[in-house]
Amino acid sequence: MKLNLRVWRQRNSGAEGAMATYEVDGISPDMSFLEMLDTLNEELILRGEDPVAFDHDCREGICGACSLVINGDAHGPERTTTCQLHMRSFRDGDTVDVEPWRASAFPVVKDLVVDRTAFDRIIQAGGYVTAPTGAAPEAHATPVPKAAADSAFEHAECIGCGACVAACPNGSAMLFTSAKVNHLNVLPQGAPERETRVLDMVAQMDAEGFGGCTLTGECATACPKGIPLPSIAAMNKEWLRARRKVK
Amino acid sequence: MALAPSKDTATAKGSASTRDASPARPPSRTPSRGFWSSTIGKKTVMAVSGLIMLAYLVAHVAGNLKVFFGPEEFNGYAHWLRVMGAPVLHHEWGLWIARIALLAAVGAHAVSAYQLSRRDIRARPTRYARKRKGSSYATRTMRWGGIILGLFIVWHILDLTTGTVHPGGFEEGKPYQNVIDTFSTWYGNTIYIVAMLAVGLHVRHGFWSAAQTLGVGNARRERVLRLLANGLALVLTAGFIAVPVGVMTGVVN
Ligand code: HEM
Ligand code: SF4
Ligand code: FES
Repeated sequence: MKLNLRVWRQRNSGAEGAMATYEVDGISPDMSFLEMLDTLNEELILRGEDPVAFDHDCREGICGACSLVINGDAHGPERTTTCQLHMRSFRDGDTVDVEPWRASAFPVVKDLVVDRTAFDRIIQAGGYVTAPTGAAPEAHATPVPKAAADSAFEHAECIGCGACVAACPNGSAMLFTSAKVNHLNVLPQGAPERETRVLDMVAQMDAEGFGGCTLTGECATACPKGIPLPSIAAMNKEWLRARRKVK
Repeated sequence: MALAPSKDTATAKGSASTRDASPARPPSRTPSRGFWSSTIGKKTVMAVSGLIMLAYLVAHVAGNLKVFFGPEEFNGYAHWLRVMGAPVLHHEWGLWIARIALLAAVGAHAVSAYQLSRRDIRARPTRYARKRKGSSYATRTMRWGGIILGLFIVWHILDLTTGTVHPGGFEEGKPYQNVIDTFSTWYGNTIYIVAMLAVGLHVRHGFWSAAQTLGVGNARRERVLRLLANGLALVLTAGFIAVPVGVMTGVVN
């Protein structure tokens, strides 16, 4: 396959960026999107040009590092991570736009790489439990209702990629934050910090300059892990409850 | 990525070659647990004030439909609004309490909408090269629809409450005739019908949104909340528009 790529190039966080056009030939439909970019980069290096910088790590859909907006969709046209997107989702001769996550809270570091440390600080504000958990305990030591376990598991799937923020027209981090809050707040292990967790994580989220939620639902459509939109309502409920309980 | 200090986590998701170009981005301001400083708090104010206005609109449309039972009943209803709560409340006190509550709701709603909208626009300054419409029309028109409604409310009060911009002789206590005057002009009908379509769209996304904001929404109630939102939007828009249509067709004269 041959593709016409339009890629965002930006030297560093202070520089102006622009879309640059590249023709990439010899693409196999079985390549992942990142392997296709590797092919482009090999060629750029041979030509003595600066390769396109992009984030990646596991390349198996579990780490949350890869982060490309492809043709206006965070992680591209399939509901998966960019590293798990394959070139068979495109047609020979297509023009494909590749851009970084766009949000003030995620400034571009270089080319397609953005700074997502804002997410780390949201986690630091409350995304942990203080109960000493030690090694894996006997499974029945702390009974967890089935529904709570399922909900915690569903929310624990969030890999912190930031596609929700990238897709949101307000650059809001509500879906990510709700996944993290709900994951711990439904479990008995997370109960001691149930109120402070939601208040502090939401406060940090707002301080980072993410936008507010207008419930457009674009985050949940983009999320590669299927974190559902009602998670946001669940976090709102936790927040309102915590506001009543904590002075 | 959980507990390491932020200087180290800065490198967790940046490739090594670009590390020095990315000093860990500091938060834009100190975190606050306060209600009004939180986006969720402001959104809660927007939801509650919106629901207060919505409850008023339901009562308002029911009252308006009395126009189809003739001038006596309609004017009588308008008179009752001034003596409601009597004899406990003095003349027009009930009406003024409602007016003040509504004014507070409009103010709170507009201020929170304005502040949140500014924040949202600042949070996402750059567009993508290829734009995609990922949400419904009602969702995308909340801001412009809200502005249309705000302007409409001003015109509507100047037209039918104070009579300042009323076409023809405005007569206090004779709302039946005043309504016919307004809907005998092309611009009266146009402004009114456009605004009522805007109300329908605003309520369609707004009611469902308010349920999510207040934490009432969940996957199980999704269908029922969507149905209620669409039902309310339809009843309000159709009910309000029935009045100018009645005047235009001569059913109300
Ligand atoms: C002064 C005129 C108005 C303005 C400027 C305005 C503006 C807005 C805006 C910008 C939103 C947020 C949209 C979003 O989150 O996507 C909103 C939500 C809402 N509006 Fe209005 N609006 C106005 C009048 C009304 C009226 C007359 C009603 C009564 C039916 C109403 C009911 C609602 C409700 C229930 C919400 C949902 C709150 C939430 O998202 O939790 N609004 N409004
Ligand atoms: S909620 Fe989904 S889209 Fe957002 S960070 Fe988590 S996995 Fe990524
Ligand atoms: S590289 Fe790890 S999720 Fe894509």
